[in-house]
Amino acid sequence: MPFALLSRRLRKDPAMLVGFALLILFFLLAIFATQLSPFDPIAQNPVDSLKSPNTTYLFGADKLGRDILSRMLHGARISVFVGLAVVAVAGSFGTLLGLLAGYRGGWADEALMRITDIFFAFPGLILAMAIAGALGPSLQNALIAVAVVTWPVYARLVRGQTLALRNREFVLAAQSLGVSEWRILLQHILPNALAPLLVQASFDMGTTILSVAGLSFIGFGAQPPTPEWGAMISDGRKYDLITYWWLTAIPGAAILLYVAAFNIVGDGLRDILDPRLRR
Amino acid sequence: MTRVIGGVGAFVIMHVFILRRLLGLCFVFLGVSVLTFAIAQLVPVDPAASALGGQAREGQIQAYRQQLGLDRPVWEQYGRYMLRLAQGDLGNSIRTRRPVTSDLRDFFPATLELSLSALLVSVCLGVPLGIAAALKRSQWGDVLARMAALIGGSMPIFYVGALGLNFFYRHLRWIPGGGRLDVTLNPPRAITGLFTVDALLTGNWPVFNNAVWHLILPALTLGYFSTAVLLRITRSSVLEAMQQDYVRTAKAKGLPHRLVVLRHIFKNALPPILTTLGITFGSLLSGAVLTETIFNWPGLGRYVTTSVLNLDLPAVMGVTLLIAFVYPALNTLVDIAYTFVDPRMRSQ
Repeated sequence: MPFALLSRRLRKDPAMLVGFALLILFFLLAIFATQLSPFDPIAQNPVDSLKSPNTTYLFGADKLGRDILSRMLHGARISVFVGLAVVAVAGSFGTLLGLLAGYRGGWADEALMRITDIFFAFPGLILAMAIAGALGPSLQNALIAVAVVTWPVYARLVRGQTLALRNREFVLAAQSLGVSEWRILLQHILPNALAPLLVQASFDMGTTILSVAGLSFIGFGAQPPTPEWGAMISDGRKYDLITYWWLTAIPGAAILLYVAAFNIVGDGLRDILDPRLRR
Repeated sequence: MTRVIGGVGAFVIMHVFILRRLLGLCFVFLGVSVLTFAIAQLVPVDPAASALGGQAREGQIQAYRQQLGLDRPVWEQYGRYMLRLAQGDLGNSIRTRRPVTSDLRDFFPATLELSLSALLVSVCLGVPLGIAAALKRSQWGDVLARMAALIGGSMPIFYVGALGLNFFYRHLRWIPGGGRLDVTLNPPRAITGLFTVDALLTGNWPVFNNAVWHLILPALTLGYFSTAVLLRITRSSVLEAMQQDYVRTAKAKGLPHRLVVLRHIFKNALPPILTTLGITFGSLLSGAVLTETIFNWPGLGRYVTTSVLNLDLPAVMGVTLLIAFVYPALNTLVDIAYTFVDPRMRSQ
């Protein structure tokens, strides 16, 4: 995407600027989590159990006396990783299949469409839960489960784009020059199909984080003592949510801000890349 | 150039369309059964051993494996599974020791009642707000509606639900706690399985009142997310309809604003909203898993969560199958309804 266009758009759209700034902030916090954390995120201090926010514990402490701020910072690392990992794996797999199916057509296309139909028959979280449960509860398995649920969206999207592009002049020209199929797909079709892919990826980052946090909340994702935001809310829910607000409100607000940032950026990207939808 | 076909032609095209959709649905159902069966195969636990419990001897486990047909090749196991499925037999739940079909019959109405109420919330809030946002485009109401949609789409439902329950139940005592009814009340005589409807049909007002109070917060929690989705779709769909020539014509001939909105704008903006409603129902079923866990709602979501945690495979397969049957069937129905709402669908 032309960067000049992006920076012009950012100057015109304060919401997208805020979204971008938030994302950069979250990424920086995740990268420097170890340096910024005042305490070890899993070190227990029973004497400081359920301490409200104060000068020592800026975001308070949980039941086991663990520092919420340090756990939030390390949790940011998990959330950033979760979004990137799932979207990268599911996106690449779906894109590859979508490119092949759309370009070759025929039975390959028909088969891919029917397989994606089957995956779309399941509401996402329920299929993810069945897979995560079957593989055993862990963060890694929750990621696999969410990736399995996510790839068909990319396959459909890229297939549609490829169908629209495969008879365009530049593809026909490449074919007549004897360029290999893979090179046509990756160098000629994919770059032209990238715009909607980027928009979808941006929205999916947010959805993925919500799904993994949801899985962790019901016990299928991150296991104790991993400082995952969804698991932290699940843990904090055992206590009064108003009196001990810092246990759940802080991870809840972090999830909201992080996911909203991706949704705002997704909206902005769509406006730039597909001006017909700008409203 | 499109051509609207009337009479016999339209009748044939409609039926071919419906038949194709139904055939596709059959294929999806078959695929769903394969996928569900494959997921069950992933479980690293021996179903026979887990069904018999930790005390069972090796010989007993082997005998039970044979009885269940687990010593057979996978394809044969799948064949037997499908044969039983065709007879409506989903096996017995390891945890509840009851036929899975009986469990589903007990738990499904609770989820249906919750999901339908949530759908009602999102339609009543999302559609009018979406129309208002589009009509007042770029004014503060529009900005507010878009903000609400953004927050709704980004909010972790499990935190909102837990916070709501804590605040309105523990602190304010405005609503009753979890579950579908107070423990002091008996459920109404089962007609539909939906407590509110059954209480209404039998004229049992105290139960109706209590069931509605129990339903409010879970339905609002679950419905908020889909309200956001519906609001966005309604807004953009109405905006698109507003830019059409026929709307300009309707305005030019002096039709009152209210009629232009209702007859020309809203009617034409309806198809995408309908499609979204079908898809929304799926997200409601997903959301029900989390909402039911928070509100102790005895529905499919809580049943499947407990079943997965206990590796109760027949129960998990039963629920995933049921939901994966209901959801695409519903979307097919919406697609078919679409052809009735929008005559352009019958065009060639």
